[in-house]
Amino acid sequence: MSVQGAAALSVEGLTIRFGGLTAVDNVSFEVREGEVLSLIGPNGAGKTTAFNAITGYVEAASGEIRYRGVRLTGLAPHAIAALGVVRTFQKTSVFAGQTVHANVAIGLHLRSRQTPLAILLGLPSVAREERQLEREAEEVLRLVGLEARSGDLAASLPYGELRLLEVAVALAARPKLLLLDEPVSGMNPAETGSFMRLLARIRAQGITVLLVEHDMKMVMGVSDRIICLNQGRIIATGTPAEIQGNPEVVRAYLGERYLHKGA
Amino acid sequence: MEQLLQHGANALILGGTYALLGIGLTLIFGIMRVVNFTHGELYSFGAYMMYAAVMLAGADFFLALVLAVLLGIALGAAIELLLLSRLRGADIDTTMLVMIGAWIALQNAEQLAWTGVAKSIDTPFPATPLVLGPVSISWNRLFVFVVALALIVAAYAVINRTRLGRAMRATFQDRETAALMGVEIGFVHTATFALGSGLAAAAGALLGPVFVVYPTMGDLASLKAFAIVILGGLGSIPGATIGGFILAFMEELGAGYVSSGFRDGMGFLLIILILIVRPTGLFAQKERIG
Amino acid sequence: MTRGITIAWLAFLLSVPLWMTDLYVLHVLIVAGIFIIAAMSLNLLLGYTGQLSLGHVAFFGIGAYVSSLVALGFEVHVLPDWAVRLEPKPVWLGMILGTAFAAGCGWVIGRISFKVRGAYFVIVTVSFAEVVRLVALNWVELTQGPMALNNIPALTLGIPGLFEFTFLRKPANYYLVLVVTVVCYVLIRRLVHSRAGRAMIALRENEPLATSVGVDVTRYLVLATVVSAAMAGAAGALYAHYVRIVDPDVFLFIYTVTMVIMVIAGGKGTLAGPIVGGLIFGLLPEVLRGFEIKPEVQWVVYGVLMILVVYFLPQGIVPAVRGWWERRGRAPQAVQEAAP
Repeated sequence: MSVQGAAALSVEGLTIRFGGLTAVDNVSFEVREGEVLSLIGPNGAGKTTAFNAITGYVEAASGEIRYRGVRLTGLAPHAIAALGVVRTFQKTSVFAGQTVHANVAIGLHLRSRQTPLAILLGLPSVAREERQLEREAEEVLRLVGLEARSGDLAASLPYGELRLLEVAVALAARPKLLLLDEPVSGMNPAETGSFMRLLARIRAQGITVLLVEHDMKMVMGVSDRIICLNQGRIIATGTPAEIQGNPEVVRAYLGERYLHKGA
Repeated sequence: MEQLLQHGANALILGGTYALLGIGLTLIFGIMRVVNFTHGELYSFGAYMMYAAVMLAGADFFLALVLAVLLGIALGAAIELLLLSRLRGADIDTTMLVMIGAWIALQNAEQLAWTGVAKSIDTPFPATPLVLGPVSISWNRLFVFVVALALIVAAYAVINRTRLGRAMRATFQDRETAALMGVEIGFVHTATFALGSGLAAAAGALLGPVFVVYPTMGDLASLKAFAIVILGGLGSIPGATIGGFILAFMEELGAGYVSSGFRDGMGFLLIILILIVRPTGLFAQKERIG
Repeated sequence: MTRGITIAWLAFLLSVPLWMTDLYVLHVLIVAGIFIIAAMSLNLLLGYTGQLSLGHVAFFGIGAYVSSLVALGFEVHVLPDWAVRLEPKPVWLGMILGTAFAAGCGWVIGRISFKVRGAYFVIVTVSFAEVVRLVALNWVELTQGPMALNNIPALTLGIPGLFEFTFLRKPANYYLVLVVTVVCYVLIRRLVHSRAGRAMIALRENEPLATSVGVDVTRYLVLATVVSAAMAGAAGALYAHYVRIVDPDVFLFIYTVTMVIMVIAGGKGTLAGPIVGGLIFGLLPEVLRGFEIKPEVQWVVYGVLMILVVYFLPQGIVPAVRGWWERRGRAPQAVQEAAP
């Protein structure tokens, strides 16, 4: 089922319309197991909209989305998360009034099997599981490097750490396919570099990553493959080198400079 | 058949005032996103002002009506400025709670001022009703119907033909853009609340002489206004108008053919049923959830 | 609250009927206790899950009426020639059925709340309560309408043949209400400190994010409403068999408002909030009565108080006191408790 290189996520003929506007136009692509695939393109190209459709936040007009053969189209977001497909959001999205630890604890929701009845009865299995979840929360925080901030309120975190917290919450849900929506936007180069290392650690755990990003240095640095969208359509697919060499893509989205820089 | 026509006539008249209540609230609810629990209190305030002017001060009936509406507008503006202006960015629960507090305080203040005894207001209309075939309508109610229609038209004109109306519509559609385009959101808020309250006061001032005036008369009015807003969709004047008439018809038919005790309940049952089927009301644009 | 303080507090509460000779004060405490149970239940829905439910009194009243009707027995003609009869049943059964029926209504409201959001949900809940009140008022054959259900029997517990105890007198009812309050508190505490509680808070704070990590919105909205409604129904049943008269006024919106004030002023989303709020607003009318103040003035004061709380203590009294306490340099309370 998770053979390296096999198709994990398959998107076929995805079309999404808002009123009269076609945001995504008959887009088909696949994300392979274990790879890091980046979606690039100017604002309004349809990248986040595609994310929203894959994860169930927006209804597609037509098309099929499957993850490891299971149909995602038409499922509610929480059901899609239960299948192992978890996303982050473009605009910073955390549980602001809760502590960092509590944030991650919420992310661990799917890891627990406590039934409401067991909870109300105060069965010992509940307390046991709570302790287990504590340990897992600490693990996740250590992975992203936020263990020192465990007791702090999420709202008190500086921007860079907030975005790390977002990823931590998503990781807590034990994704097999992680969709990151502009994870390093607004970060300085040091933070971006740090994030790229985190991404490597995530990869090492066998998690497949679908990335939307504008930061070209990061995209070129982490991606196995890149898909370029424009006005809702795919205009190019390939390895970073191929994309950099594609004149249309280069001219429109990467800027003249990259034409001369080379791989 | 004759009964049906009579019910229909009654419903038309009631519907006009319900529409006023509904329009006032849909503007406030729609533009300001405030769950306005004081709406019913403005309704009873209008009725009480009518009483005070006609019965205590001996003023002319029609003059009193104008006065009651103007005072309603003033009270609405005062409430907005005093209580809501500082909460303009707050969430809906916060403003709702403040409105509940204001509603309790206002209603009980009214109770203290006027006592709980129901009051009736004299009208200058002839006592014998107008008879049109099988239907008989009291002159008082006919007057109410005409004035209500006039006010509905006036409200529609203000929203669609004046600069203030344009500002209100812009704020309703897209608050941030409206602010960027130079719309004074604060003023729009105060004006909206004042206008909406004025319409509620007008409804009260019109219906006060038809029925009797008592301190808790606003409660049912409030709830019915909410029912109408939901029926008609948030922010829609035509929707609120139609909703008002629909509610009135349902009440009249329900009272006539089911049970008069459940007259008031019809509205609520209607809301619940409609919301289950169409969670955003009958005429609203589809809102995106989640 | 540290364990020591909790035990001391409980011991104090347990001792009250032993030294409080003024039965009227006991009565006030009992009624306050019943309201506290209702407020705690509303807090679960309004405070933790963030659902603007303003029809809570409906569950309270349904619990009261169902329990009373089961205990009194009834006969209604559903069709002109078909009557449904129920012989009087033991009060404890009535209370269970009252709680269950209220929970069932909570389930319905919970399912509706998923489709109908925000302010619209407020209106649905208010309308629901009004409809129930009108039914109670007008279905005279079943509920006696405004003439009220009278002579409702008190709770009797015991083992037939061995012993029997009837909760007639005030001290007995005080302990009964105290026990139920403590049980409800413990249940809510367990719920809130579990994955279910975290899910509810997540829904309140950031629903899209919550669903992205697998929180099933409908499931937890329904869970919150069912538990909340069940507890409110239980409070209603306790009320019915204590005062032993129930009339449609039990469904008045003003009682929902009282519960809302207790939760908001006390501190929504905290465990102690509804208790503090319940004590203050449960006892306040009595204090004001001592000053010979008219009930209308009392309500004006409540209204103004609500506005002031929203303006100056938006999180409520308990978080404000906690914050003040921490700022004085004492050790901060365990951060792991579900934050306000």
